[in-house]
Amino acid sequence: MSKPVLKISNVNKSFGGLQALRDINLEIEKGKVHAIIGPNGAGKSTLLNVLVGLLEPDSGSVTFNGGINVIGKSPHEINQIGLARVFQTPEIFPDLSLLDNVMIPAFSKRDGAFHFQLFRSLASETKITQEAKEVLASVGMEAKAEETAGSLSRGDKRRLELAMCLIQHPDLLLLDEPTAGMARHDTNKTIELLMQIKEGGMTKIIIEHDMHVVFSLADTISVLSQGAIIASGTPDEIRGNPIVQEAYLGGVEL
Amino acid sequence: MMKRLMNIFKKQSDLTTILLFAAGVLTMPIWLDPIGANYPDLLQKFVIFGIFAVGYNILFGLTGYLSFGHAVFLGVGSYTAVWSFKLFTMNVLPAMLFATLISGLIAAAIGFVSMRRSGIYFSILTLAFAQMFYNLAYSVLIPITNGETGLQLRMHDIRIIDNYFSDPLPGLPSTELFGMSMNGYSGFYFCAVVLILAFYVAMKIFRSPFGMKLKAIKSNQHRMRYIGSDTRPYLITAFIISGMFAGLAGALLAVTDPLAGAERMQWTASGEVILMTILGGVGTLFGPLIGVGVIKYLENIFSAINEAVLHNFFSFMPLWAENLLVAITAPFVGEGWHLTLGILFMIIIIFLPGGLMEGFQKIKRRYLTISMKDSESTTKQE
Amino acid sequence: MDSILIQLLNGLDKGGAYALIALGLTLVFGTLGVVNFAHGALFLIGAFCAVTFQKILTFSKQVLDPNITFFDAYIEQPYLELWFGETGLAIIDYAVPLSIIVTIPTMLLVGLAMERGLIRHFYKRTHAEQILVTFGLAIVLQEIIRHFFGANPIPTPAPDIVSGSAAIGTWIGLGENFVYPWWRLIYLASSITIISSVFAFLNLTTFGMVVRAGMFDRQMVAFLGINVQRKFTIIFGLAAVVAGVAGAMYAPILPPDYHMGMDFLVISFVIVVVGGMGSLRGAVAAGFLLGILQSLASMTVVSSLFPGIDQIIIYLVAVVILLTRPRGLMGRKGVMED
Repeated sequence: MSKPVLKISNVNKSFGGLQALRDINLEIEKGKVHAIIGPNGAGKSTLLNVLVGLLEPDSGSVTFNGGINVIGKSPHEINQIGLARVFQTPEIFPDLSLLDNVMIPAFSKRDGAFHFQLFRSLASETKITQEAKEVLASVGMEAKAEETAGSLSRGDKRRLELAMCLIQHPDLLLLDEPTAGMARHDTNKTIELLMQIKEGGMTKIIIEHDMHVVFSLADTISVLSQGAIIASGTPDEIRGNPIVQEAYLGGVEL
Repeated sequence: MMKRLMNIFKKQSDLTTILLFAAGVLTMPIWLDPIGANYPDLLQKFVIFGIFAVGYNILFGLTGYLSFGHAVFLGVGSYTAVWSFKLFTMNVLPAMLFATLISGLIAAAIGFVSMRRSGIYFSILTLAFAQMFYNLAYSVLIPITNGETGLQLRMHDIRIIDNYFSDPLPGLPSTELFGMSMNGYSGFYFCAVVLILAFYVAMKIFRSPFGMKLKAIKSNQHRMRYIGSDTRPYLITAFIISGMFAGLAGALLAVTDPLAGAERMQWTASGEVILMTILGGVGTLFGPLIGVGVIKYLENIFSAINEAVLHNFFSFMPLWAENLLVAITAPFVGEGWHLTLGILFMIIIIFLPGGLMEGFQKIKRRYLTISMKDSESTTKQE
Repeated sequence: MDSILIQLLNGLDKGGAYALIALGLTLVFGTLGVVNFAHGALFLIGAFCAVTFQKILTFSKQVLDPNITFFDAYIEQPYLELWFGETGLAIIDYAVPLSIIVTIPTMLLVGLAMERGLIRHFYKRTHAEQILVTFGLAIVLQEIIRHFFGANPIPTPAPDIVSGSAAIGTWIGLGENFVYPWWRLIYLASSITIISSVFAFLNLTTFGMVVRAGMFDRQMVAFLGINVQRKFTIIFGLAAVVAGVAGAMYAPILPPDYHMGMDFLVISFVIVVVGGMGSLRGAVAAGFLLGILQSLASMTVVSSLFPGIDQIIIYLVAVVILLTRPRGLMGRKGVMED
């Protein structure tokens, strides 16, 4: 059993009188896709915000790669230690070209959180430019490298965003409802893309509503309900779990 | 043939750009002559404000942060330079060095505070700091700034370094660079060289990963953080750099005319550099320079016109028409130049916020589509 | 103790002007979503409405001076005095308060013209562009005033009857020697009245309710089918009138000159930020507070310790607040936050 990439221990968080997260314990294994599902209001967003440094839990710890504490770190620090994330609405740099969009995360990874060097020219950055082109190709967008990112469709923006994460070779990729707002066609394409990446062995946490996505991709599923994890296991185990079915109150047929 | 030229432009290396630019700047007396702009005072203004605008563009153009207080650094640069002339030497290099450094320090302080907010808050913070410094210059800091009279050279200035090497000459000394005078054309050429160097630095920044990161911050600061970059140091650095450019420009103003006054720090001066940057094209390398050229040229013309000139101009019309036309145009000239400036400002923001560079791009695109249609029709005919 | 009280009153006066401008700024920002750098110019125009009105009233012609008999000497005698004698002089005397009658429709027109002609087209544009275009407008308006009225401050005295000082010492038991100018007291009372009226309007009328709802959620209000556009115009007109009347009445306190618009604007923006952008009460509270702070800081006791502090205290406070409590004193969470 390898060291977990992310270990969430006894995390609690309340807002005023509302207990949003209740004694959460999770271990994300390396190379696995771990989905977190749950009905609305279950605490998925809160958990996500704790993981990316936006919220500090009242108690508990979140450690990365066996020792690095995540809590209290700012978003850029968390990325620098190896966590990349994708947002519900794809966040890219709309004014820049696709190639630039992918190069910047690479620079950020290489140079650190802040780096100032006066006389370095973009033209001389051949290595990163090449890497960027390759990553764009891996998501099927190399033809559009010079286009402005703002003009892309939502599905393409999602691909670009994934490319931006991939170029950093993150230890953990966090996907926040990656198919939110997508039509069936786009959703399927996204699943294809994610499966491609999965084959590369990248550890992922997916927070999702769409069960089709979850069951296509996940190795492990944790179900969150009212702030607590009520079940955790393989897709088959979750599918047949009566507690889970009850939590969803018949809303979704698993 | 045009296509070939365009391709050459696209493949421009940094060296080519800077050489072409240097050539253009150093020959300004020649090509500006036909439009009556060839005299040293105006030429100096072109290049000095060019430095100011190019630096401002590094902040506003790349990061999108709109500062209303950059005139402060202009003033700081001027005051520092004059103090260097008074305390140390009339040689311009120490003056410029001190001015740039001290402006950088003050920019670091202001930037560190102001960059804790963004958008409107940031703009208002910079405006507040600008007013603060302006007020202080007329009150508490009078020992340094000499208040309303302004800071000037005096015969009894101690000028430590100069007086160590030689006895003071009678009369007020002039600024010089190892013997070369800073008046007239030689002053212009010196400032032009400084502009070329400053432009080189700006160009390097624009075309570097650092510059690209600044643009990314403007495009989506939120995403920038999540890909691992701490945006605040980048923003503060951009602010400091643009402040140093402004300080350098202020120093050059004192180099060519050794006095410093607080009116240089008024918000109107900040507004002017914003207009110059926007008029030319925010975020482009050459845009601000075009803006400076247009504005300073127009200022030169408009400010010099007075009622007599207007009457002369309209004298060919019957008297009632002449008087009417003079009455209509008079508010916009002479002292009314600021009115014209304000109107120009509004017109640009309303109709062409991308500035003249955007206008050129639109014309270029039109031209390309026309020529494409032309070549299509000729191939059809064949 | 006396001087503290006087400075307090001065501060409330100045604070009243700041509060009125800041109120209009916040209304416009909160409802229309527009940052209006030309708001100070509205204050300026109001002040010059009073100046113009006074000038018009004192249109005079040259008349033989009856007191000098051995050569023809001329003095200027206002038409009003020629036509109406004593009453005419009285009218001239009351120029400033009477000017309010003219100021209100003028400012309404100016506000409508500004909203219709310019501001409306910038609702959907970025805040930076809004700031820039209104900044340009502020310069244009300022220069127009300068062209017509010159660069020097123009004294615009209050009516004779209130140009003296009130013995308010006797009212509040501080002895007969404590006096304070009548007109300033009137100004203070007026600004409080205007502010209360605006709040009453917002809280007690249906229109006001829509405005308040719009300040919370503009989109929602539009979705509800309410004609937002017309409301916007009216709000802007209201804000313009408030700023203009504030300016007109301030004329006797501070002789109007062409750059007072921008001077007051910068401070008012700082106040809006301190009070909390989007909070009407915050704007008013911060306006009065900072006015008082500024006046107290100008006392000789203070200025001997910290010379020049009165010039910069407002900015210092703004900087401190922006750093420690960015939301401002009463700002709502989420408005304009990073």
